Amino acid sequence: MSTPEDHQNAGEPTPGAPRPGEDRSASLVHEILSSSWLLSLLALLVALAVGGVLIAAADEQVQEAAGYLFARPTDFLGAAWSAVSEAYVALFHGAVFDGQSESFTRSIRSVTETLTVSTPLILAGLGVALAFRASLFNIGAQGQIIIGATFAAWVGFTWHLPVGVHVIVAVLAGILGGALWGAIPGFLRARTGAHEVIVTIMLNYIAVYLISYLLITPAFQRPGSSNPVSPLLDDSALYPLLLGSGFRLHAGFLVALAATAFVWWLLNRSTVGFRFRAVGLNPHAARTAGIKVEWAYVLVMIVAGGLAGLAGTAQVMGTEKYLTAGIAASFGFDAITVALLGRSRPIGVFFAGLLFGALRAGGVTMQARTGTPIDIVLVVQSVIVLLIAAPPLVRAIFRLPAPNSRPRSARRAAVKEAQA
Amino acid sequence: MSTVTAPTQGAASQGAVGGSTPGSWKAPITYGVLGLFALVVFGLLGQPGSSTFSVSTRTDLFQISPIGVPSRLTAIVLALVCLGLAAFAALRAREGRRAPGWVAGTFAAAFVLAFLTWAVAGESIPFTGLLQGTLFLAVPLVFGALSGVMCERVGVINIAIEGQLLAGAFLAAVAASLSGNVYAGLVAAPIAGVLVALLLAVFTITYAVNQIIVGVVLNVLVVGVTGFLYSTVLTANASSWNQPPGLQRIAIPLLSEIPVLGPVLFRQNLIVYLMYAAVIVANIALFHSKWGLRVRAVGEHPRAADTVGIKVNVTRFKNVLLGGAIAGLGGAFFTIGAGLAFGKEMTAGKGYIALAAMIFGRWSPKGALGAALLFGFAEQLRISLGIVGTGIPSQFMLMTPYLVTIFAVAGLVGRVRPPAANGTHYAKS
Repeated sequence: MSTPEDHQNAGEPTPGAPRPGEDRSASLVHEILSSSWLLSLLALLVALAVGGVLIAAADEQVQEAAGYLFARPTDFLGAAWSAVSEAYVALFHGAVFDGQSESFTRSIRSVTETLTVSTPLILAGLGVALAFRASLFNIGAQGQIIIGATFAAWVGFTWHLPVGVHVIVAVLAGILGGALWGAIPGFLRARTGAHEVIVTIMLNYIAVYLISYLLITPAFQRPGSSNPVSPLLDDSALYPLLLGSGFRLHAGFLVALAATAFVWWLLNRSTVGFRFRAVGLNPHAARTAGIKVEWAYVLVMIVAGGLAGLAGTAQVMGTEKYLTAGIAASFGFDAITVALLGRSRPIGVFFAGLLFGALRAGGVTMQARTGTPIDIVLVVQSVIVLLIAAPPLVRAIFRLPAPNSRPRSARRAAVKEAQA
Repeated sequence: MSTVTAPTQGAASQGAVGGSTPGSWKAPITYGVLGLFALVVFGLLGQPGSSTFSVSTRTDLFQISPIGVPSRLTAIVLALVCLGLAAFAALRAREGRRAPGWVAGTFAAAFVLAFLTWAVAGESIPFTGLLQGTLFLAVPLVFGALSGVMCERVGVINIAIEGQLLAGAFLAAVAASLSGNVYAGLVAAPIAGVLVALLLAVFTITYAVNQIIVGVVLNVLVVGVTGFLYSTVLTANASSWNQPPGLQRIAIPLLSEIPVLGPVLFRQNLIVYLMYAAVIVANIALFHSKWGLRVRAVGEHPRAADTVGIKVNVTRFKNVLLGGAIAGLGGAFFTIGAGLAFGKEMTAGKGYIALAAMIFGRWSPKGALGAALLFGFAEQLRISLGIVGTGIPSQFMLMTPYLVTIFAVAGLVGRVRPPAANGTHYAKS
């Protein structure tokens, strides 16, 4: 994770920044142009453009108009514009505010959907990001979500506890499940040096087969059902709905908010988090300084797994209400891109989770209204992350200055000084 | 675990690259435990009936009647063979030497056969069909693992094998459908793989982005692009876009008439023959040629390679593209190789199993072939036994490759060691 590091100081004065009294506005423009926020925004724009090209290329009217492109190019451009804009407008309506629907409650349903979908993304993304900071590649959020959801669901439909207690116990069970699954790669890395990327990828598949096996055993399968689904969770084990029964938004979102704050505190204010970061930056130096590197690997994977397990509880105790083999959807994999886009920082992950949640919720509406397949969201997401990871490429596309270069006016002044 | 791994006298001789330490007791003990397990579970606790293996296919020149064996007796004999091998390995370990390679192979074969006789007791199983299915399932894994070997031997981690396979499958189907010529698909598939590899190379080598990040994201990108085009263009006009002709089986005269092995190995389509060639060529090129020496030098110690005048990043770039082409060709097996239309996410994680096969095969083409065949066998076994019906849930059989890989990377079945510079970016200083 060296890429985010070289931009964190983008907001601060760059080494070549002019002294007070020199051309202030030029340096401000330079600062904005080389900031990481602008970079993220431009990456989003390029990604939407790439998606737009695909949407236009797959549109039948555009293909038709392309047949007589040179005779009437405006037809082609018009058709392309309408295809792309219709799709993206529908995406916006599904993600943020639906201007087309009749009632106010229906139009704000979009944004609550975004928050609902964002919840597991944020939680699992925090887990992936936390491991990244200790230089561990936790590709295993998918498996950790599945096992976390399995534990939480089992507590949810097997134990019948009083209201209030039940939710807490189920959440704890979910954390435990995810933490256990996360501990395996952490332990193997610490004990045998096994690369966590390989182990977590393999554990993802093992988790999928484990859950599909469990769902056909009497302990998990819904009585009287031949499908591999669990019984419904007790009402007392569900996250309370935040906005009433009209919306799917549940208290899991508050958990995500709290988890973001917790991870921020853990990384930036606690000793343990300091150790994680030290191990991530340079394990040899950390070991010399007396930090138990192996233990840090195990611990960070336990916490990361626990966070992914929380994402599992959001799915099974909030959105789905019963366990299936597809309980984790692709949240565990999307969490990796969320963590990357958020530059492995808790606040960044939170907003990245909101953005990808919006794309996903909007994608569903887009598919329903304009027939544009939701797969386009995957394209947009992956292009964003690729570009974010390679800032020089984005700068090359838009001819932006590098963050540690001097603004042109300052450079000229320096040249003059040198000549004098 | 520590009691098993405690080096006895072999600690002084640590030379074997990627192999278990000579004189280590790990192997004999593992063999012994597994042998005893086979003796008790497959032999003594097995059902009395007989197990039947049908060997010949209907079109064979030489017909061999199905072989029926008494289940328990055969399993016991095979388990005793396993225990004998364990004793032999223990003897060698006492002398401080490693057991020769054939011991592991024979042990695996005897153990699996013991398992099979136990599993199909009172039933019949088509043995040749089992092997045919194994090869069929292993082909894309072999290509994928070879791609991984090509990239990782120069120090670039290729998580994007999955994406390369999927892109290859997609473009092969589209090209073959549009042109109506299956060989157009065969040419297009490597191109698709190269395109994905080009992105991998540009981002990791030119822009120094973390290799694992790029690999993971490229897989998502390929799933997105192929899924999108599948749901729009390919579905809207399936007859012209997604109805690829399949490759014909080519029976090699004489060789294909060998009992059992002939139909399995030499009644296949062109992609399978290309796979044989690819494994042999890659193995010779990597380990017995000047090119291979340079490639491995770049992967082990790029700075040293640079010092002697090898262009590190150029070598990396070329090898990543070569790997992409190989994986792309493997992807063609899903569509034109199997005579199927393209389906959304049809590679279904095969790229990740290929990655596992590469690790399990210790970053060598020969090893990758062996590991891919093993994983293919595990999956085919699940399919075959699913029809016959045994007590083992199919999910656990499906888990096997992944569990085996975890054991392999954790060093429980012999240490595996990646190329030293794997995953690092190289910049001239």
